[in-house]
Amino acid sequence: MRHLLFALTLGLFPTLGFSFEVDKRQLFMAEPGSQILKVISTADLDLFAGVIDVFQSRYPSVSVDYYEVGSTELVKALIEDGAQFDLAVSSAMDLQTKLANDGMALPFRSEFTTQLPDWAHWQDLVFAFTQEPAALVFSARDFDDQSVPKTRQELIEFMRSHPMQFKNRVGTYDIRSSGLGYLFATQDARTSETYWRLAEVMGNMNAQLYCCSGKMIEDVSSGKLAFAYNVLGSYAAAQITNQDDIIIVEPSDFTTLMLRSALIPKNAKQPQLAGQFIDHLLSFSLEAGKAGDFPFPTLQRDVLEQETALRPIRLGPGLMVYLDRLKRKNFLNAWENAILQKP
Amino acid sequence: MNGHVTATRSIRRRLIVRLLASAAILAVILFLVVQSFGRQLAQESQDNILAASVTSVLDAITVQDGALIVDIPYSAFSMLGNISDDRVFYRIEQNQVYLTGYEDLPFTTARSTKSQPAFATDHYLGEDIRLVTASRKLSLNNQPSVVRATIAQTRNGQKQTLRQISQTVLFLGIGFFAIAMVLTFYAAQSTIGPLRRLAASVSRRGPQDLRPVESPVPSEMVPLVRSLNQFIGRLKKSLSQSEEFIAEAAHRVRTPLATVRMQAEVTLRRVERDENREALREMIRAIDESSRAAGQLLDHAMVTFRTDHLLVETFDFRVLVDELVTRLRPIAELKEIDLRWQKGAPLLIKGDAILIQNAVRNLIDNAIKYSPTESSIKLTLSQDRSGAILQLMDQGIGFPDEGFELLTDRFVRGANAHDTIGSGLGLTIADDVANAHGGCLELKNNAEGVGACVIFYLPLR
Repeated sequence: MRHLLFALTLGLFPTLGFSFEVDKRQLFMAEPGSQILKVISTADLDLFAGVIDVFQSRYPSVSVDYYEVGSTELVKALIEDGAQFDLAVSSAMDLQTKLANDGMALPFRSEFTTQLPDWAHWQDLVFAFTQEPAALVFSARDFDDQSVPKTRQELIEFMRSHPMQFKNRVGTYDIRSSGLGYLFATQDARTSETYWRLAEVMGNMNAQLYCCSGKMIEDVSSGKLAFAYNVLGSYAAAQITNQDDIIIVEPSDFTTLMLRSALIPKNAKQPQLAGQFIDHLLSFSLEAGKAGDFPFPTLQRDVLEQETALRPIRLGPGLMVYLDRLKRKNFLNAWENAILQKP
Repeated sequence: MNGHVTATRSIRRRLIVRLLASAAILAVILFLVVQSFGRQLAQESQDNILAASVTSVLDAITVQDGALIVDIPYSAFSMLGNISDDRVFYRIEQNQVYLTGYEDLPFTTARSTKSQPAFATDHYLGEDIRLVTASRKLSLNNQPSVVRATIAQTRNGQKQTLRQISQTVLFLGIGFFAIAMVLTFYAAQSTIGPLRRLAASVSRRGPQDLRPVESPVPSEMVPLVRSLNQFIGRLKKSLSQSEEFIAEAAHRVRTPLATVRMQAEVTLRRVERDENREALREMIRAIDESSRAAGQLLDHAMVTFRTDHLLVETFDFRVLVDELVTRLRPIAELKEIDLRWQKGAPLLIKGDAILIQNAVRNLIDNAIKYSPTESSIKLTLSQDRSGAILQLMDQGIGFPDEGFELLTDRFVRGANAHDTIGSGLGLTIADDVANAHGGCLELKNNAEGVGACVIFYLPLR
């Protein structure tokens, strides 16, 4: 490895003068005195390190200072704290759109960004570089490949006919605290009314609520959960060592695709380097034969043309609707009614 | 009369300049009108979608259990994203108290209802925005409540559309002007065409051609052509009047002259004294010259008349010359001049025999007149590929060295001809006849020094 690897700290990382919380931080050092690209990201550092390695092999004189944060912390860092970063990478598409809409992003154009389909970028500000399905993850102890439900409707019927098997053994995001969970839930609700019936039934089963995909998958593979709903399947699959414990299903009625996206914050000091990094991220999807080096599922430009149930969430102002204070309140009320069975 | 005409600016250029100026003005007007129309259209399409968006937001506001539920539909914003990638801002207030959205977003206080939204243009976060405000009355706990929603969108998409429209319209205007330019040149050319054709047809005419212009002309040119024709008519009438006058005068002089000559001859026989006889002979000679001049004037008038209306027939040129030589030989013999003439092979030509006879007679007459006594005049008639050539060679004084070309003009006589009485019409007549037949008259002095050589050339045709 050409670069020195600093794992500076884990867990709580108090940044001087700032109130946002950093989960992990790592400096991928190039030669001393080199330019430093400061990246704030919601992506798992362990997964992203490989992407940075490839980047540095191409640009050996660029150090990368990587901050892993939660999606709300990312917005907090950029807006409330006004912290200086060169690149913001997030899975919270709605928050990324809002940052761009509120003038917090710098425009960027390159031969790669112009190849993106309409739904995978917004203006010249936000660029999607992955497409990650919200999957159903089933425990192999409760299901086999034949019996596993393929649609939400089948899942509802399965739960109704085996209430005892699923009681307390259903997991999903706590959308009150998880931005990604909230994004998936709102998109599901927008796509189909089935979502609310499913939520109702999951509520009946006393659904367990989780902060993140990793934990849900852990509990499914250990058999604590019979299944988990709206899990970043591919993301989790990379983490789990024993693939035989779980069955990952992309629902065939519709599968929501989350697009991880990048933008250059307004106060970036190295917007040009950031642009090079964005091109680097996009190249995995747009250049043939590079997908194998990428820890995330790459963007399929023709996903809408294929006769599949895959529905990429469209980057655009529509996403901002669910960030509205009152809209969010209404949605969370409805969700709590269904999942927590609150009156 | 050297035909100098003062020229002002050409009609064609004037036409082109004015038409091009009009086309340029029209192109600019077209550009401005279509651009403003495009601007209006782009504005309207943005306004329409903003109105639809704000309406759907207001529609989704409900009252549940005495509380206001604001539930912005996804489509309210996504429809804005459908037409352009512009940034979207919104603000909702109830009874002028902020509820949700961008609190500092400007809005218009113009009167608005749900169905009649008010539009305004403003700035927000450093960008131009177009905003729409609409309000809706609700009954909340039996109290009237007004919810006002404002939705704003940046205008980059609209500006982009406008730029495209402007560019297209600019090309349209330039294209329009280019086409107008081509049409202008074509129009100017075709307008000026009849004038050019008229000028060409008038200037192509021979000097004797005084026919009116009869080819059709555009109605605007009718007065001009009518005036021209009237002018030609007057000119022709005036010319023929003077010719007629001369002919009439000559005719009237000739008859009394014949009487006077006869009386002089009678008297000559009676008179004995030598000096009186000499005076009378002098008188008779003068009378002969006068009557010959009058005859030539008559000939000339006749030639002028006939060249306008040639009576073309085929005849033997040789026979014609032969007859003339026979007729004039006695006169030549009076001066002891030997007329040498070889009647050769027949030579058929086409032409007005009377005119040609007149011309040749004048030429032989002239040669006899200017030849000294006891000399000879040689006549030869030959033929080349294209014409008949009659050549007369005498042994007289010849032509003067200067002013050859003027000798065929009327009443012009050679500078060396003072001793001989003459009218100056003989060569004019011969020249006119030759020209009327498409031939020519050539005058030169004999190479051997003495005498003149006249060549009368007629094409065979």
